[in-house]
Amino acid sequence: MKIYRIHALICAGAQCIAAGGNGFEDALKDELKKHELLKEVNIIETGCMGSCQLGPLMAVYPEGVIYTKLKPEDAKEIVEEHFLKGRAVKRLMWKEKETVLPSLSEIPFFAKQTKIVLRNCGIINPEDINEYIAQGGYEALGKALTEMTREDVIQVVKDSGLRGRGGAGFPTGKKWQLAYEQDSPIKYIVCNADEGDPGAYMNRSVLEGDPHSVLEGMTIAGYAIGAQKGFIYVRAEYPLAVKRLEIAIKQAKQAGLLGKNILGTNFSFDIELRIGAGAFVCGEETALINSIEGKRGEPRKKPPFPVQKGVFGFPTVINNVETLANIPVIIEKGAKFFRSFGTEKSPGTKVFALAGKVNITGLVEVPLGTPLRTIIYDIGGGIPEGHSFKAAQTGGPSGGVIPSQYIDVPMDYESLTSLGAIMGSGGLIVMDETSCMVDVAKFFLKFTVDESCGKCTPCREGTRQMLNILERITSGKGQMEDLELLEKLGNTIKLASLCGLGQTAPNPVLTTLRYFRDEYIAHIKDKKCPSNVCKLSSEVKNERKVFNRSSS
Amino acid sequence: MEVKTFPAVDMEIRKWGAKPESLIQVLHGTQESLGYLPEEVLTYISEKLNVPLSKIYGVVTFYNFFKLKKDAGHVIMVCMGTACYVKGSENILDVICNHLGIKPNEITKDGRFAVRIVRCLGCCGLAPAIMVDGKDVYGKVTKEKVLEILTKYS
Ligand SMILES: Cc1cc2nc3c(=O)[nH]c(=O)nc-3n(C[C@H](O)[C@H](O)[C@H](O)COP(=O)(O)O)c2cc1C
Ligand code: FES
Repeated sequence: MKIYRIHALICAGAQCIAAGGNGFEDALKDELKKHELLKEVNIIETGCMGSCQLGPLMAVYPEGVIYTKLKPEDAKEIVEEHFLKGRAVKRLMWKEKETVLPSLSEIPFFAKQTKIVLRNCGIINPEDINEYIAQGGYEALGKALTEMTREDVIQVVKDSGLRGRGGAGFPTGKKWQLAYEQDSPIKYIVCNADEGDPGAYMNRSVLEGDPHSVLEGMTIAGYAIGAQKGFIYVRAEYPLAVKRLEIAIKQAKQAGLLGKNILGTNFSFDIELRIGAGAFVCGEETALINSIEGKRGEPRKKPPFPVQKGVFGFPTVINNVETLANIPVIIEKGAKFFRSFGTEKSPGTKVFALAGKVNITGLVEVPLGTPLRTIIYDIGGGIPEGHSFKAAQTGGPSGGVIPSQYIDVPMDYESLTSLGAIMGSGGLIVMDETSCMVDVAKFFLKFTVDESCGKCTPCREGTRQMLNILERITSGKGQMEDLELLEKLGNTIKLASLCGLGQTAPNPVLTTLRYFRDEYIAHIKDKKCPSNVCKLSSEVKNERKVFNRSSS
Repeated sequence: MEVKTFPAVDMEIRKWGAKPESLIQVLHGTQESLGYLPEEVLTYISEKLNVPLSKIYGVVTFYNFFKLKKDAGHVIMVCMGTACYVKGSENILDVICNHLGIKPNEITKDGRFAVRIVRCLGCCGLAPAIMVDGKDVYGKVTKEKVLEILTKYS
C-alpha cells in the first residue's frame, strides 16, 4: 500500500459538483503536478459531507481542515501554502461568526452529529469497494452468513428496536419475521429509494456516498427472510446515484459478495436496479410494486400486505435506504450498541435534510430524541439575518409544522406524532417570520393535488376542494366557515383514502390550523397576510353570494 | 408491406427481456436515445412486449418523466420543492417566464425553450436551484443571475 503525506478528500456529492467542484479538482491536480506532489498528496473523491450549502468542500488530513466554497483559482494558494509549507489557508477555512475554526472536531456542525448511517459518507471513495471494506464493510455480511442462523439475524434486528426510516416507523425486525414465516420458494427484498419528499435528499447522499452499505443491508435482509433477489427502486432524478449503484453492484459481484454462493456459502442473492419515472405516489409501497411490474404506479388495497403478496405476487420486504444502511452496523456491533443511541422507543439515529431559513443547510445525523433546538441552533447555526424562528416542517407533504413554542421537542416518532407532525423520511424545513403558514400549507396541498394518482375519490376530489378553499383564503375571499369546512374535509380525507398519500395529505393544513389559526383569520377578516407573502386584493368584495331558495 | 424496425428499441428489449414487466425500463431507454416516445415506436413496443397500446398509453401518461412529443431545444427546470419554495423560487420562475414570454410548462413559439416546474432536484442545500437540459444544475440563483444563465443557452 502506498503511503501519502496528505489526504485531500474532495466532496463529489451532487451538490458540490453542481457548485463547481470538478473545476476545482482539475485545478488542484494541475497544481500538484506542477510541484511534483502527486506522489505525496492523495486525492480522494468522496460522497456528500453534509454541509452542501458551503460547497464545493475539501477536507485535508491529518489536520482535519475543512475548506469551503472552493474555486479553481484557490488551488494554487492551497498547494503552495498548505501542502508545501504546512500553513493552512485561513481565508478559505470554515468560519463561524468571523472566527476561523481550524479543524473538523471544532466545527459544531460536524462535532455535534452522531454518524451511523452516514458513517462513510464523505470519508471513502464510493466508487471503490476496497475503501468500504477497509472501513469494516461486508464484515457484517460475513458474520451473518457464517456465524448466524437466519433466525439469529432476525432476532438481533428485532432486539435493536430499529424502526423503518421511510416514514411510518414500522419495526423492521417484525417485518422481516412476517416475511420469513411465509412459505414460498420465491421472495424479494426491495429497497425503496424513490425519495419523493420535495425538499429532502437523505437517501440520495447515502446512495451516492456509500452505496455498498445499502447493498450489504439488502443482502443480509435477503439471507434472513430467504429471498434470492432484490430490487432497488431509484428515482430517475438521481442519475449519479444510479451510476454509483451500478458500479457498486458490479464490484460486489466481482468480489463474490453478491451473486452465486456468496462468500463460498450456499446462499445466492442478486440485486437489480429499477428506475422510477417521476411519480411521488410510487414511494408508497404497493404503488412501487406495481411500478416494478411495469404498470401504472397506483396503490393497491391492503391487505394483502407486501410481506404476503408483493412483487409478482410473492412475499416481499420493502425497506427504505436508511433503514437498510443501519443493518450492517446492527449485525456487526449488536443490538445493545445500537440501543445506546436514541430513546427507548426510538433507538438509533436519524438523518435529517436541514433546509430553509437556517444558517447552515445540509445533511445532519443525530440520535433520535435530540431536541429540535439542538439541530437548528447548535448544528445549523441558527436563523440567518437576525430573523426569528417561527416553525419547522417535518415529513414533507404528509407531515406537519412544529411551532416555536415546541422548539425543545425531542425528535422521536412519538413526540412528533403527539404534536400532529410526523417523523417522515427526514425532511426538516425551517421557517422564520417571513414565511406565511397558510401559503406553506397551500404549497404542500398543491403538491398532493398534482401527485394524487386519481384512483380513489376522497384523495382526488377532496384535496382539490381543500386547495380551492385555501386559494380563496389567500386571495382575500375566505369566510370564517371555511376553517371548519377545511377541518371537516381534511378529517374525512384522512379516514377514507385508499393509501398513505391521501391519508396524510391534509396534515399540513390541519397542523397549521391548529397552531397558526390566527394567520388564517387575519387573511379572512383583515384581508391581510401577516407575513406579506400572499397577494390579497385589498378591495375585495365578497364574491360568494348566498343563494337562498326562497328569494330566487 | 415494409416493416419498420427500431434498433434502439430492440437493444432495450434484449437488455430487459421481451416481457410485459420490462415496459417502464424499455420506455426509459427508448426515450433516452430518441428524445421522446413517438406513437409508431409505442406501437412497436406494444407488439414486442405483448402489452396493449392502451395500457402503454396509460403508463406513459401516468409518469411525469415520459414525453409523447418532441421537446424544446433547451428545457429549463425550475425547482419548486419545499426548500427552494421557501427561499423564493416562485420569483425566479416569474422572471424566467416573463423573459421568455411563456407560462410554466409551455414551449416558446420558436421551439427553443421550455420552462418546466420540478419538485426537488436533490440540491436543497443550494436552494433556489434550477437545472437546464437535465444536466447543468445552478444553485443559489437570483433574479439577476438567472437571466445571465439563460444567455449561455441562446
Ligand atoms: C405517498 C407516499 C410516499 C412514500 N414515499 C416514500 C419514499 O420516498 N421512500 C420510502 O422509503 N418510503 C416512502 N413511503 C413509505 C413506504 O410506503 C414504506 O412504508 C417504506 O418504504 C417502508 O420502509 P421502512 O419500513 O424501511 O420505512 C411513502 C409512503 C407514501 C404513502
Ligand atoms: S427543494 Fe429544490 S432542490 Fe430540493
